Parts: sequence; C-alpha cells; structure tokens
Amino acid sequence: MTTPSTRPIRKRVGRKGPGTDADPGARPRHAQGEGDDRPRAPIRTRGLTKRYGELVAVDHLDLEVQAGEIFGLLGQNGAGKTTTILMLLGLTEPSDGQARVVGLDPARRPLEVKRRVGYLPDSVGFYGDLTGRENLRYTAELNRIPREQAESTIDEVIEQVGLTARADDPTDTYSRGMLQRLGIADALVKDPDVLILDEPTTAIDPLGVTEILELLRTLVRDRGMAILLSSHLLNQVQSVCDRIGIFAAGRLIGQGTMSELAHRFGEDTAHIEADVQTDDAAGVERVREVLKAIPGVVDVKAPRRPAEPWVVGVRPASDETRVRRSILAAAASTGLDLTSVRPVAPSLEEIYRRAVEQAAHGHARDVR
Amino acid sequence: MTAEGTPMPAAAPAATPVPVRRDGEIPSRRERSVPHAGWIVVARKELADHLLSARFVVLFIVVGLAALIPLYFAADAIRSAASTVSGGQAIFIALFWYAPKVGDAQIALPSVQGFLGLVAPLLGLAFAFDSINGERAQGTLPRLLSQPIHRDDVINGKFAAGLAVIAIVIGVVVGVISAFGIIRLGIVPAASEALRLILWLLLTFIYVSFWLAFGMLLSVVVRRAATSALIGFGAWLLFTIFGGLITQLIGGFMAPLTGTVQQQINSIQLQETINRLLPDTLYREASLVLLNPQVSSVSSPATIAGYQQAQQRIPSLLSLDQSFILVWPQVVALVALTVACFAIAYVRFMRQEVRA
Repeated sequence: MTTPSTRPIRKRVGRKGPGTDADPGARPRHAQGEGDDRPRAPIRTRGLTKRYGELVAVDHLDLEVQAGEIFGLLGQNGAGKTTTILMLLGLTEPSDGQARVVGLDPARRPLEVKRRVGYLPDSVGFYGDLTGRENLRYTAELNRIPREQAESTIDEVIEQVGLTARADDPTDTYSRGMLQRLGIADALVKDPDVLILDEPTTAIDPLGVTEILELLRTLVRDRGMAILLSSHLLNQVQSVCDRIGIFAAGRLIGQGTMSELAHRFGEDTAHIEADVQTDDAAGVERVREVLKAIPGVVDVKAPRRPAEPWVVGVRPASDETRVRRSILAAAASTGLDLTSVRPVAPSLEEIYRRAVEQAAHGHARDVR
Repeated sequence: MTAEGTPMPAAAPAATPVPVRRDGEIPSRRERSVPHAGWIVVARKELADHLLSARFVVLFIVVGLAALIPLYFAADAIRSAASTVSGGQAIFIALFWYAPKVGDAQIALPSVQGFLGLVAPLLGLAFAFDSINGERAQGTLPRLLSQPIHRDDVINGKFAAGLAVIAIVIGVVVGVISAFGIIRLGIVPAASEALRLILWLLLTFIYVSFWLAFGMLLSVVVRRAATSALIGFGAWLLFTIFGGLITQLIGGFMAPLTGTVQQQINSIQLQETINRLLPDTLYREASLVLLNPQVSSVSSPATIAGYQQAQQRIPSLLSLDQSFILVWPQVVALVALTVACFAIAYVRFMRQEVRA
C-alpha cells in the first residue's frame, strides 16, 4: 500500500553514521544474547505481521533461514506465502514486527537487500520480444554488473538451468517451464547470498524438476546460499528442503525438519511395508492374523492388488524397529512367504494435512 | 518452535566464518556499489524497445504524413502567390500555419500546425498507454521491482524514454519538412523564423508530453492495457475533435448567444474560457501565435470598444518576444497539466501493491 523507503517507520528515523550504530537499542535483544558463535541467519523475522484492512495476511511470523540450508514454505493458496516474501524483499511494508535479510531491514534499506537477494516471483514473466539472454542482460544492468563479468555470468547461469540451446530465442517462444528456468537464471545473475523462490517448479517437467532441485542443492552446498522456497508440491519440498515451515491462514503452524514435523504432527504411528506372497483368500486371512498378533501393531491393511505390499501401522512409533524384527520372526515361525519388509518414511502430505487440521481446530478453540 | 536449536547442515561452509558487522549486516561476498541511477538503465532499455517497435514506425509515418501533406499544398499556394508576396516578411514560417485550399472545390485543408496538433496526441498516448499495466500483464513488474532500483526509477525511466522518443519523432519530422519547404519555396528562413520554429517545436513537445503523462496515468490506474488505450483514444477524440462542439453546447446553456452585442460578447468570452480548460485549445492558441507573427491576440476583445480598436489596428508583425509573452500563460498551463498528470501517476504507482 505504501512505499518502504519514503516514510519513517517506527522509532529511530535516519539511522545513519557510525555513532548511532553503537546504540544497543538499534537491535532487538533476541538477536544477541543467544551466546552462540553461529553465523547470523540470513533471513530472520520476528512477529512479522501484514494486515490488509480487516484481513490478516501474515500473523506474527517468526522465521529463521540459515546460510547453507533450503527452507520450504508450505501452504495453501492465499495462506500468506507471497506476502511474506514481498515483505522480505521490501516490496511491501510490514504492518508490525520486523524482518532482517542479510542482517538488514528490508523496509528501510530495500536497495541493499535487493542487491543481494535473488527472487523468482510466482508466475514470472519476461519481455517477450527480447531473447532470454537479453532479458538477463537487462537484469545485470539493473544490478550494475560490469559488462564482461555479466556476459560470463549469464552464460554460466543459462547453462546451469539448461537453456543454452534456446538462450538467443525471443522469450515469446518459450514454454511456461522454460520461462521458469529462465526465472531461476534471472535470480542467479546477481550472484545472490539469499535466494527466494516462489513456486519455482510448478510448470517444469518431472525430469527438469530433478535437475533444478539438484541445482539448488549445489548452490546451497558450494556457495553456502540460503534458499527460501514456497511451494505446494509436497514431494518436491520433501525431497529438497532441509527444513519446512507449514503456513495456514497467515500463521506458521509448524517448522522443522521432516522428522521433527513427523514427531510433532504425526499420530505417533509408524508404518511398515511388507511383501508377502499369498495364493488364495485363506492365505490372506492367515497373514492378517499373524501380523495382527504382533504386539504394538494397531492396524493392518491388506494389499488391494497382489503386487502391492501389506501396510502395518505401529504405535508408538518408537516401536517400529522392534515390530519389524517381530514380523521377521513371525514369518519364520509361521512359514509366511515374506519377501521383504521395510519402514515407510513419513509422508509430508500426511503431516501437512494433519497440521492444517490441528491448526483449524486450535483456531476454533481460540475463537470460543 | 523446535527449529530454534537446529544445527547447521553439515554441508554448510563452516570453514569460512561470516564476520558480523556492528550494525548487524552480514557482509556481501563481493562489494559492489549500490546503483543510484536506475532510471537511466530503465530509460535506455525502454527507448531501445520503442525505437524497434512497430508503433514507432507507424507513428513516424502518420505524423510525417500529417505534416507533409498540408505543407505540400501550402507551399504550392504560397508559390503561386509568390509574385504578390515577394519581399514580404515571414513567408517561410507561413508554410506551417497557412491553411491551403485544394482542388477545384477549394476544400480547406488544415495547416501543418493544425494537422500536427490533431495527430500528435496519438504519439504521446501510443508510447505510454501500456507502460505500467503492460509490465503487470507480462509478469515482469515484480521481477523488475526486485532488482536494486527504487520504485520510482521504473516510472521515471519510462517517462524519460517516452519524452526522448517524442523528441526524436517530432524533431525529425519538422526538420525534414522544413528542408522540404526550403527546397519547394526556395526561401531560406530568417533567423527569427527559425527561432519561432524551434519555439513551436518546443511547444509541440510539451503538448505531446502532456498526452504522454496522461497515457502514463491511465496505464497506472487502469488494469488492462486495452482499456487504457480505449480511454486514451476516447479522451483524444473528445478533446481534439468534439472539444469545440461540447464547449459550444455548455456555453450555449449557460449564456445563449442572444441579446445585446455586449451580452453576445460576454457569452463568447465564456465559451473561450471553457475552451481553455482543454489542452488542445491551449496548444492551438499558442501554436498559432508562435508561428504567425501577424496574430496579435489570443482572445476575443471583451468589449465593443475593444472590437473597434482591433479593427482599427494597423496590421503589423509582432516581434518574437512579444509573441512569446502573449502565449506564456498557455505554455505555463500546458506544463502544469503535464506535471499534474505525471505527479498523480507517480503517486498512484508508488502506493500500488506489487501484486496486481
């Protein structure tokens, strides 16, 4: 609604010069005092809030993304992901709370933040009558990258996203997925410290997605970038992100690694898959009885088709290893034709669904 | 939340501890000065786009023809009367204001300045009507704004590029037709005529800039480029073609052309005042005065005595500075309108959400 740089926000206008920098009040206390020598997180928010009139788009968001990690922001459409990203870039002013990106307040020093943050917008677009390379050249110019350096960087990033063959075609002729690849290249042209990707892979074909996700992992590993990506493609988030934040109705209802999230939102049930050969219906019943008899097993699902495995639910989840051994032992003692048994990794889809449900219930309770 | 104490992934470059500055900024891996003149980069790119675009070529031809056709006939008419006007003053500049009659039926053709005044607004509109909403529709605006430039660099750069392309088109067109006129008439303009021409060129530039600013305003306020083009061309038709008719209508309601001579004069005065609300009128009045040294007033006299006085006046040529003083209010009004349009566009753009 308003521009970031034009109006003095909150206290301490005109924070310039070394004198004021020594003022301890300049920083929120929590940023210090943790007493660790870990590098500061390139993205930090505290109580970040954005209201549009009555609507609270982002509600007291506390987020931290470290250098060298990929953080996945999950959420339904309209959950506030894009608004959060715009606040991190200084393109929208927060109503409350604060953000620090590469240690700077994006609302007050947007230029320096934008110089060091690569951003791929949702449904990215390019100038259709310019070629891919020319579009990137424009970005390089806006970033004041010297000509020769820009050319070699552009060649490199185009190569990285696999567009070398089409780099000199007008972007009008690009497919949606190619535009998205070019968008990632565009975000990389400025050699950013932080990469913010809004729905980076929605239109890219499955093989392409693997390439792009590998590229992201390389960037994080080799250059120590911090990457924040928002998506609703759960498999991709699960496969590439180090940590995940789940967003619902403007609130971050959970964040952490996959296992932390599974621990928090799972029903404390682990699942085991077992391939068992059976000949007839009687055999199926016998397998079911044997599996059910194992202590800790709460649920047994028979395969719908012969090639599929049995799925065994275990509670508490910590019993999973013991139950797996018991299945092996039971198979040996009862003569089941067991060909394999393996634990099932918790699915993000499950966790996500449950987190959103819990949040909805919690919210309903809050209201009452 | 649980993530607070999460250790860094092993892959992180733990070997290079990132020094922390006193103000909390995490230093960049490479130092680069913050660009302070982003609008120049934007303007350069926009100008290149304009010059390569089809609309540039089309408008060049349209504006060129709009200037060349009346000039050709005016030159013919002046040539045929050459013997009588020989030795007269300011003949060359007459090429630009003389409204020739053509064919046996003596159809009146607009003069060069009249025709250009009609077509030039298109030039301004065409290079602005989709400048901001076009970026939105293409999805390039968020990407552009996430680059290290100020938000106003975008609109300033686009406006500057528009001004440059307008200056190129009208400068080249007037230059070419002047050369053509010189050849056709065989008269080289005197210094004062050349000056008048340059001042008129500046005036036309300001007038077209007004339409550029107006187009820009539309492109910020209206979401769809097609809609803003329609509104722009609608406004152009309304102002330049129907403008006079509408003011007559309004004037007729407020003060009908009846009664004593003084009452009639009053109602004409009223119509003139209403007319002057239109940028088109401002331009045409100023343009005629600047080009034609014989024109010594822009308004009708306010009293009967004034009329008599005007009739008794000995026809003479105004010097350039006198002409200029005469049109100063019009020029100021045009500049003010341009600035106002651009200022509104600017403020609206700065306050808009990045997301559509």
